[in-house]
Amino acid sequence: MERQRHYPEKPGRIYFFGTCLVDLLYPEASLAGMQLIQREGVDVIFPKDQTCCGQPAWNSGYRDEARAVALAQLKCFPLDYPVVVPSGSCAGMMRHHYPRLFKNTPQEQQVQALANRVYKLTEFLVHVLKITLKDLGTPAKVALHTSCSARREMGVAEEHEALLQQLGNVELVEQERKAECCGFGGTFAVKHPKISAEMVSEKAEHISNTSADTLVSGDCGCLMNISGRLNHQAEKIKGKHIASFLWERTNADSQ
Amino acid sequence: MHNARDNILNRLRRQRPEFPPQDEPASMDEGNETTLQQRIEAFTEKLRSVRAEVHLTTEQDWCHKLQELCRKKELDNLLYGNQGPLAEAMEKHWNSDDSTPRLVTLNETIESWKEPLFNDIAAAVTSVRTGIAQVGTLVLWPTLEEPRTYSLVPPVHFAVLHADKLYNTFAEVVEEEAWQEGMPTNALLISGPSKSADIEQTLSYGVHGPTELVALLVS
Amino acid sequence: MQTASDFRQRSEEALGNPQIRRNFRFAMDGLMAKRRAGLSDPREREQLRTQCAGIRVNALSKLPELLEQLEGNCTRNGIQVHWAESVDEANNIVLEIMRQHDATRMIKGKSMVSEEMELNHFLEDHDIECLESDLGEYIVQLAGETPSHIIAPAIHKNRHEIAELFRQKFPDIPFEEDPEKLARSAREILREKFYKADVGLSGVNFAVAETGTLCLVENEGNGRMCTTVPPVHIAVTGIEKVVEQLSDIPPLLNLLVRSATGQHISTYFNMISSPRKPGEKDGPQEVHLVLPDNERSRIYEDDELINTLRCIRCGACMNHCPVYGRIGGHAYGSTIPGPIGSVVEPQKIGLDTLGELPTASTLCGACGEVCPVRIPLPDLLNRLRYEGVRNNNDGKVKGQSEQRKGTEAWIWKSWSWLHVQPMLYRLAMRTATRLRSLMPRKLGPWTDVRRPPRIAARTLHELAREKGFDNA
Repeated sequence: MERQRHYPEKPGRIYFFGTCLVDLLYPEASLAGMQLIQREGVDVIFPKDQTCCGQPAWNSGYRDEARAVALAQLKCFPLDYPVVVPSGSCAGMMRHHYPRLFKNTPQEQQVQALANRVYKLTEFLVHVLKITLKDLGTPAKVALHTSCSARREMGVAEEHEALLQQLGNVELVEQERKAECCGFGGTFAVKHPKISAEMVSEKAEHISNTSADTLVSGDCGCLMNISGRLNHQAEKIKGKHIASFLWERTNADSQ
Repeated sequence: MHNARDNILNRLRRQRPEFPPQDEPASMDEGNETTLQQRIEAFTEKLRSVRAEVHLTTEQDWCHKLQELCRKKELDNLLYGNQGPLAEAMEKHWNSDDSTPRLVTLNETIESWKEPLFNDIAAAVTSVRTGIAQVGTLVLWPTLEEPRTYSLVPPVHFAVLHADKLYNTFAEVVEEEAWQEGMPTNALLISGPSKSADIEQTLSYGVHGPTELVALLVS
Repeated sequence: MQTASDFRQRSEEALGNPQIRRNFRFAMDGLMAKRRAGLSDPREREQLRTQCAGIRVNALSKLPELLEQLEGNCTRNGIQVHWAESVDEANNIVLEIMRQHDATRMIKGKSMVSEEMELNHFLEDHDIECLESDLGEYIVQLAGETPSHIIAPAIHKNRHEIAELFRQKFPDIPFEEDPEKLARSAREILREKFYKADVGLSGVNFAVAETGTLCLVENEGNGRMCTTVPPVHIAVTGIEKVVEQLSDIPPLLNLLVRSATGQHISTYFNMISSPRKPGEKDGPQEVHLVLPDNERSRIYEDDELINTLRCIRCGACMNHCPVYGRIGGHAYGSTIPGPIGSVVEPQKIGLDTLGELPTASTLCGACGEVCPVRIPLPDLLNRLRYEGVRNNNDGKVKGQSEQRKGTEAWIWKSWSWLHVQPMLYRLAMRTATRLRSLMPRKLGPWTDVRRPPRIAARTLHELAREKGFDNA
C-alpha cells in the first residue's frame, strides 16, 4: 500500500501492458487506453511478446510458474519508459509483488527498476498526463466499482472518481458498501464458489439499487464478475472498463 | 520446566529476525499545553459519555456531596478505608451529622470478609491517584488502606479526585510520574461503570464490576 | 481438535443460515462503524498505526532478551514464571498449580490462549470446574460452543437466541430478552462463583519486560475479579505478547481499544506487577505466568512470517473481512477465525489440516488496511498459499506442501508453459477468438449465478497491430 508517489514529467513514449484477461475478453479496453494516451501526444508501444503478468499463479501459490511467466514479460520492457497497465491488480502485481517474487534472484535489481515505473492507467492519466476530458456523450448515470487492488494496493481510488467527474454529462451515483470486494479474487471464485456467489450477488444488488445505466470499473476481473451477475439477473446495466468509457465519451468518432 | 525455557530461548536465538526499516511515526501535536479548566471539561465530558456521574465539588464540600448522593441512592452503608486519605474528613463530617449511611471498613485480609463484601456492601469510596482528561479516566494505585476490591465489588463506586492532579494523556502520566521506576502490586485505569457489548453489540452497564461510577472532582 | 478440512462444508452451511448471516452482518456493520467513528482523523490514525507497528517490531526483534528480562522482573516481583513448549505442557502446568492448592474451582477471564490450549476440556477431564466469566464466553460455554470472534465470542447469537439459552439453563429466573437484563442475570449467577473460586485464570494483552507487569484490557470487570478475588491467579499468554517498556503501553492501549470497538478507552485497564504484598488486604497470594510457545518460535524464524506475531488481537481484520462477515467465525474451524486466524492457525496446527484457510480470502486487502500494527495480512496469506503447494519442502512451515494436488499443479505448469512462449500464446488466443461460438454456456459454479464471459471477436494483440501500436 502506498500513499505518496512521486510522478515524473510527461514522457515522450510509454510501454502499454494490455493484460491477458483484456486480450481475450475486453480488447477494446486496452485499445481505448492506448488511444487516450496517444491523443495526449505520447507514443505508445505495445510489445507484442507480452502475455500475462503472472498474477493468477502467484495468488495461487505457484511461485515458480509465476516467476517464469513474469521473467518472459521483463524482456518486453527493455528501455526506461513508463509501463502503463489498465488493471489495478496487474499493476499491483508488477509494482508490488514482482520485487517479492524475484527477491534473491539475479533479476532482483532489474525487476525493482521495472516496478518503479509501473503505473495504473488511471493514475497515469491523472498524475502524469494531467489529462483534461471534454464529455461529448449523452447524459448517463454511472456506478463506479473500483477494484480492491486499485483502491488498497495501488491507492488510486480517488483518481477513478476524478476522471469520471470531469465528464459533464455523467452523473456518478454511489452504491452501498462501495469499497467492499466484489468476490472475484481470481482463483478464489473457483475455490470458494459459494462465498464468491454470495459476495457478487450482494454487490450486483447494491449497484442495481442505484438505478445506474452503466457500471464502470478499472479492472476487467471485477467487471466480468459483476456484469456477469447483473446480466444473469437480466439487469440492463452495461458494464464498461473505465478506459473504454472515457474514450467513447470524449472521442468525436465514437459518438 | 527449565528445559522448556532453554529450548524456547535457544530456538528464538537460532536466527535473528531481520525487519525492513520501519517508518518513523510523524510527530503529533497532542502534547499541546492545556489549561486545567480544559482538562476538567474534557475529563467530565468523556467520563459522562460512558454513563458515569461526575460532580464538581470543593475541598470543603465533597463530604457533604458524598453523603447527599449516598442518601439519594438510598445506600445502607458505605465502605471506606479508615486509615486512608479520605478518612479524617469523612469521619469528622459524619460525626457532626446524623451519620448515615453507616460507614464500614474491612480490617484483616479479604479471606475474612469476602462474603460480606460481595453480599452486604452497598457502595465504596476510594481516593484516586490521578486522572486522564483526554479519555475520562481515573488512575488508581490501590493501597493497604484502600484495597483493590473496594473499587471493584460493591455495586456503587465513589471516587474522589483532586482536579489539580488531572493529566492530559496516559502517556504523560506514565512519563511524568516515572512509573517505570516502581510499579505497585496493581495499577488501574477506570473509565466508567462496568459494561459489556457481548449481546448484539448493545451496551449493557453493570456486568461484573460496579454498576455505577461516581466521580467527585475536587477543586 | 476441530479441523478445517471441511471448511467448505461449514462455510456453505453458514451461508445457508439466514439467521447467522443477519447476526454477523448486523454485528460487523456495527463494529466497522464504531471503528470509523473512533478513529476518524486519518492523520492521527496512521501516525498511531506506524507507532504501534514500530513498538511491536522492536519487541519482536529483541524477543529472547525481553522474555528473559520479563522473567527476571516478574520473579523479582514475586510472580512465578513457567515456560511451556506445547499446549500439553501448558495445560499440565496449570493442572499442577491447581493440585498444589487442592483447587477444584477455576473462574476464567477472557483468554484466547486458553482456547488455543483447550484448557476447559483438559481441566474438566481432571474434575476441575472451569467457568468462563466474560459475558460472551459464558454464553458460548453455556451453549457448548466455541467463540466465533476473538473479542465478541457470542457475536453469532442474537438476543432471542441468548434469552432462549438462559431459559433452558436457568428455568428459575424470569425470561428476559433485553440485553442489559440478560447481562444482569449473568452478573447475579456469577457473583457467587467469583468469591468461591480457588483459582482465577486470565489472559494478558501486554507483558512489560521493563517492569514485569501484566496488562489486561476489559470492560466488564470480570478480568479484575479473576485476577483479584481468588487466592491464586494464573495468567497465560503467548511468548510474543511481551513489549519492551512501560512507555510502549499508552499508544498500544489507545489503538487496540479504538481498533477493536471504537471506544476511546476500555472501562478497565488492569496492570498487575506482583502478588499480594505483606500488609495488603486483598489480591491473590500467588501469581503465576504461563508462557506457551506452541510453534511461535518456529514462526519467529522466518523473516516474513514473523510478522504474524505482531498481532495484538483487536479483531479489526475479521470485522472488516467480507468473507468472515458472510460465513462467520465457526466456519473456519480454528481457535482464531478471520484473516489473522487464517494466517496464524495453519502455522500452528499445520497446513495439512488448515491449509485451505489461506485460500478463503479474495486478498482484497481490507484486513491489512485496518490492522493497527500494520501486519501485511494479504502478503502472509499469499505466502501460506505458496507454502501449502510448494514442491520443495524445506520443513520450515508445518504441513508444508500438503495442499499440492497433481491436477492443479499440472494446470499451472501448462499455464506457465503457454505464457512463456509468446508466439504460441498469440496463436492460442487467436484460435480461442475464432472458436468463441463454441464456448460452453455452463462454466461450473461460475454460471450458477453469472452469465459466462464473452470472448472477443479479435484479440488485443490483433487490434493493437492493426492500429499501429504493435511497434516493438
